[in-house]
Amino acid sequence: MDILVVLEASKGLIHRMSLEAITSAQYLGHELGLKVNVLALGKDAKALAQQASSFGLESVMLVENEQLSTYSADGFAEAVKQIIEKEKPAYVIFGHTYQVRDYVPKISARTNSPFLADNIGLKIIKGKPVFIKHLFNAKLAAEIEPQSEGTCLISFQSAAFQAENIKSGSGPIKSVTVDISEDQIKTRSEAPFREEAGGVDLTAADIIVSIGRGIGKEENLAIIYDLAKALKGEVGSSRPVVDAGWLPSSRQIGSSGQTVSPKLYLALGISGSIQHVVGMKGSKKIVAINKDSDAPIFELADYGIVGDIMEIVPKLTDALNP
Amino acid sequence: MKIAVLVKQVPGGESTLRLNQNGTWINEDAVTYEMNESDNYALEEALQIRDSVGDSEVVAVSMGPDRVQKIIREALAKGAERGIHIQMPQAGLTDSLLAAREFAAVMKPEKFDLVLSGLQSDDLGLGQTGVILGEFLGMSTATLVVETKLETDGLKVKQELEAGWFQWVKMSLPASLTIQSGLNTPRYPSLKGIMGAKKKELKLVTAEVDKARQSIGKVFTQHSEKKTIMLDGSIDQVVEQLISAFKTDIKIL
Ligand SMILES: Cc1cc2nc3c(=O)[nH]c(=O)nc-3n(C[C@H](O)[C@H](O)[C@H](O)COP(=O)(O)OP(=O)(O)OC[C@H]3O[C@@H](n4cnc5c(N)ncnc54)[C@H](O)[C@@H]3O)c2cc1C
Ligand SMILES: Nc1ncnc2c1ncn2[C@@H]1O[C@H](COP(=O)(O)O)[C@@H](O)[C@H]1O
Repeated sequence: MDILVVLEASKGLIHRMSLEAITSAQYLGHELGLKVNVLALGKDAKALAQQASSFGLESVMLVENEQLSTYSADGFAEAVKQIIEKEKPAYVIFGHTYQVRDYVPKISARTNSPFLADNIGLKIIKGKPVFIKHLFNAKLAAEIEPQSEGTCLISFQSAAFQAENIKSGSGPIKSVTVDISEDQIKTRSEAPFREEAGGVDLTAADIIVSIGRGIGKEENLAIIYDLAKALKGEVGSSRPVVDAGWLPSSRQIGSSGQTVSPKLYLALGISGSIQHVVGMKGSKKIVAINKDSDAPIFELADYGIVGDIMEIVPKLTDALNP
Repeated sequence: MKIAVLVKQVPGGESTLRLNQNGTWINEDAVTYEMNESDNYALEEALQIRDSVGDSEVVAVSMGPDRVQKIIREALAKGAERGIHIQMPQAGLTDSLLAAREFAAVMKPEKFDLVLSGLQSDDLGLGQTGVILGEFLGMSTATLVVETKLETDGLKVKQELEAGWFQWVKMSLPASLTIQSGLNTPRYPSLKGIMGAKKKELKLVTAEVDKARQSIGKVFTQHSEKKTIMLDGSIDQVVEQLISAFKTDIKIL
């Protein structure tokens, strides 16, 4: 087999990042003359397979197995491992979701295949794929080259490819079986839940004054509250500020927090790493203040100021409060 | 209980990153190194579990060139009992399979009950070493762990899911957990701890590394197409320009 994309479910449909993975696979297939197949597994496998059958694919593999009716890293890894051993795909592609972080390293270990994780792009150089990946929390990027003869596991970060660009067509569904026993699954998970936060709903805010690790210490937050008040906005933050216990988790913006799209997002002392950016890149206007002119947040901002927030923020507040 | 913590040394967040001459990695002379952020939380969790269980030890394990001994000593100063330095000339392995195989070879004879590592390294960000190692050691695994609870028949961990969701996961020991930041408050080493760390055991082992199966070809800085208007001048001037942008372009005033 040439290329296999493993689908993940989200509310009974194909996860957006799996759709993006199909787009990447179709591109890779087009460039290298390889055929693209997809694999649907888990509780919603049938629905995912149905949905995928209208895309331009060589085949849609459908795995239905009792042991996969609830997600477990061991069960899913075992299923994909068995398919890889049987079909020997050159590339197995995933969206870089939390679930993929959870079980794909197991496939890597069990099949001895390198896992080139969390790529933001793909280039073909001299007929070979080269994957582009962020290093150092998006401060630099690198070309990663697979050096493997066998199967290569690949995952792409959100929005590396566009789901809208999937080529439609038809993908014949074929059922395949895997053999998994209960004792191969070493973990048991309970139902997902949300913390009763009673916190703010930042998604409704027009103006968000968001603060990152650059605030330095808790006492300094006062200048942020003052600015938010002057702008009639809400205070948001990156993860380290919540980790430190300086703000409640309901203020966190990013992949493990809220996703916002205000009219104005002020990013203060925030470097702009991907897990933060996915939560705020939909903002209408982004203004970043950071003392490091190389901070990745400036790549995204509409307005940027290189400077110290401790100096600029109080002056900005003063200018807003006549 | 025997607990291992993987601690990786990475460039500190405040470091200026410049490329080396042939553009294959960063210029290491220009950076200051520190313990990977999530590893610091993993270390703290290990120390807290040790203290709650009693009759336990925490072993800090790091792989890399000699400079990584600094963070092993830091872990010892914070209270880990022993350290293991897997010596490896180059900065980091870009192939987690190889890295995990090295860790497994050194750690297998130790028969750890629990291995804690960071959910992802701040330099390479592969997010897989702890899970692969768990597989190689035949352990249960869990990722993105934000709380741990030891139970009579095993372990229960709270796992972070996307967008503010969580899930409790039960498993038997031995287990390898990858730790998400924020689950505890990492301690600072005491002066006594720092003095005591010098006397603690730090074992050196040499890594034997195969050819990497994923490697870095070229490192570069990436620029987006988006046009960013950089506001320049004195503080008063930039504030003035920003207020005018608030009024005319962003239209919030
Ligand atoms: C699975 C996973 C989920 C995650 N989820 C989230 C999430 O939901 N939200 C989130 O935010 N992060 C999340 N993270 C963490 C994320 O990867 C980054 O570590 C985090 O966003 C960094 O926050 P920061 O920009 O505030 O800190 P840093 O990256 O440390 O940046 C601080 C910035 O402040 C600047 N600075 C310092 N002092 C000053 C000053 N006086 N004036 C001006 N600028 C200054 C520095 O130049 C630097 O750019 C997640 C990570 C993982 C692996
Ligand atoms: N060279 C290393 N030395 C010590 N720990 C490491 C090393 N490489 C990876 N780790 C551990 O594995 C985690 C995940 O790394 P990675 O898979 O590279 O994102 C890190 O947070 C560390 O806990």
